[in-house]
Amino acid sequence: MAWHEIAGAAALGEDEAMGVTLGDRPVALCRSGGVFYALHNVCTHQFALLSDGYVEHACIECPLHQGRFDLKTGAPLCAPVTEPVRVYRVKVEDGKVFVELDP
Amino acid sequence: MIVGAGQAGGRAAEALRAAGFKGEILLLGDERHEPYERPRLSKSMLLGEEPAAAATIHPREWYAGHGVALRTRMRVEAIAPKSRAVMTADGQRLEYSTLLLCTGSRVRPLAGAPEGLAGVHYLRTLEDCQRLGARLRQGQRMVVIGGGFIGLEVASSALKRGLDVTVVERQDALLDRVLPPAIASRVASMHAAHGVSVRLGVPVERIRGNGAVQCVELADGAELPADVVVIGIGIIPNTELAEAAGAASSDGLVVDEYCRTTLDNVYAAGDVTNHYNPILQRRVRLESWQNAQNQAIAAARNIAGAAQPYAEVPWFWSDQLGSNIQMVGVTEPAMQIVWRGERLAFGLVDARLRLAVGFDAGADIRFARRLIESRAQIPSDRLADPAAKLKDLLSEVACSASTP
Repeated sequence: MAWHEIAGAAALGEDEAMGVTLGDRPVALCRSGGVFYALHNVCTHQFALLSDGYVEHACIECPLHQGRFDLKTGAPLCAPVTEPVRVYRVKVEDGKVFVELDP
Repeated sequence: MIVGAGQAGGRAAEALRAAGFKGEILLLGDERHEPYERPRLSKSMLLGEEPAAAATIHPREWYAGHGVALRTRMRVEAIAPKSRAVMTADGQRLEYSTLLLCTGSRVRPLAGAPEGLAGVHYLRTLEDCQRLGARLRQGQRMVVIGGGFIGLEVASSALKRGLDVTVVERQDALLDRVLPPAIASRVASMHAAHGVSVRLGVPVERIRGNGAVQCVELADGAELPADVVVIGIGIIPNTELAEAAGAASSDGLVVDEYCRTTLDNVYAAGDVTNHYNPILQRRVRLESWQNAQNQAIAAARNIAGAAQPYAEVPWFWSDQLGSNIQMVGVTEPAMQIVWRGERLAFGLVDARLRLAVGFDAGADIRFARRLIESRAQIPSDRLADPAAKLKDLLSEVACSASTP
């Protein structure tokens, strides 16, 4: 287990997402309702970066086909997505945002 | 009873159970497959990149597991609305308490196209996709008749296969029924830049061949050699079954925002309908994945007892030439077209946003949908300014709307 600090995360606005690469893993960091969420950045339906999508009410919507995922659990919320997307733990310390990746 | 086991029929069955409907559900379809979605048929599945199962909404056992009696290869020939029964092609009389028609649409045939000429294809069903896919593997020169989304996606797939591709459209612009010419011209440029020959404003005179297709002759005298021809000139809603039973029909089966036809206890959803859209404040007939799914879900919920109008801004996507094109809203005559950079175009009527088209701009399209829903007047210079975030524009619009 390792916590990775996300540079520039503090500048992320409400209902915004940013894409980062941690190790070789694409991760979307999102902020909604004042809370940070992290999830695997690739849609489980077809290749698209979720961080290019639309964030609202703790959900993220894929920019390609508007499939929606729950930011807390990664659960698919509507067609065409049926597979959950991986989520990662996030913590905020001293104004810095960290994402935990499993080994 | 649901007649039509395509995307709409399948989603309706699912949504009925999700809404707590406890009665029997009979789902009748004339294709031999369980319900599947069609978007992939012109793209990944045509190129054999995905198996047929990828398009399936649920595997067959799902239906039995959810108390849905799915009967495929079962064609309904008549509805008797007074006695609430349907007659099937194999002579059965089946009774219903509520009927949902998801009969969809069929390809519009090209008048004068020769029957039985090898290499001439339409694309609607999984079988069509498999036949055309096999032909693409041998073909070298393709002519696509019709510059709509299906034709353009097939052109894109054929190009990926290495074929020489010509798209012929009788109107002066591609996507004539769905996009303003000023926006469609960008799609034409995309195709030209990728090496597709685009011939606009010229009808097809005839398709020639001897056993197999050899050539497409155009009205201007041009002869285009071809070993594959794909005809994609639109669809016809399958309204005849309901019309024969007395349902009102006008460019699609007439339904209200609760998906009710003019017959008692008969609902309809998907491609077959012409429905009132409360957001657009006009009637629309839509040929889209969104409408097939969401209108079916709305119909199912209403059948299960909710009184929720179906009200969504129409949304459509097309993946072609490596780009994702999305449109939200509708094209109206005499729209003011405003470009915001090269990837996003807006169509306005009386300074109100009615249409947005994005090229690899999915997140922007989502905000545009909200701007259309707001029905607010928006200064076109703000829309045109890439520095003015759509998100901020949306909050301004929301604020001014809530100010007395």
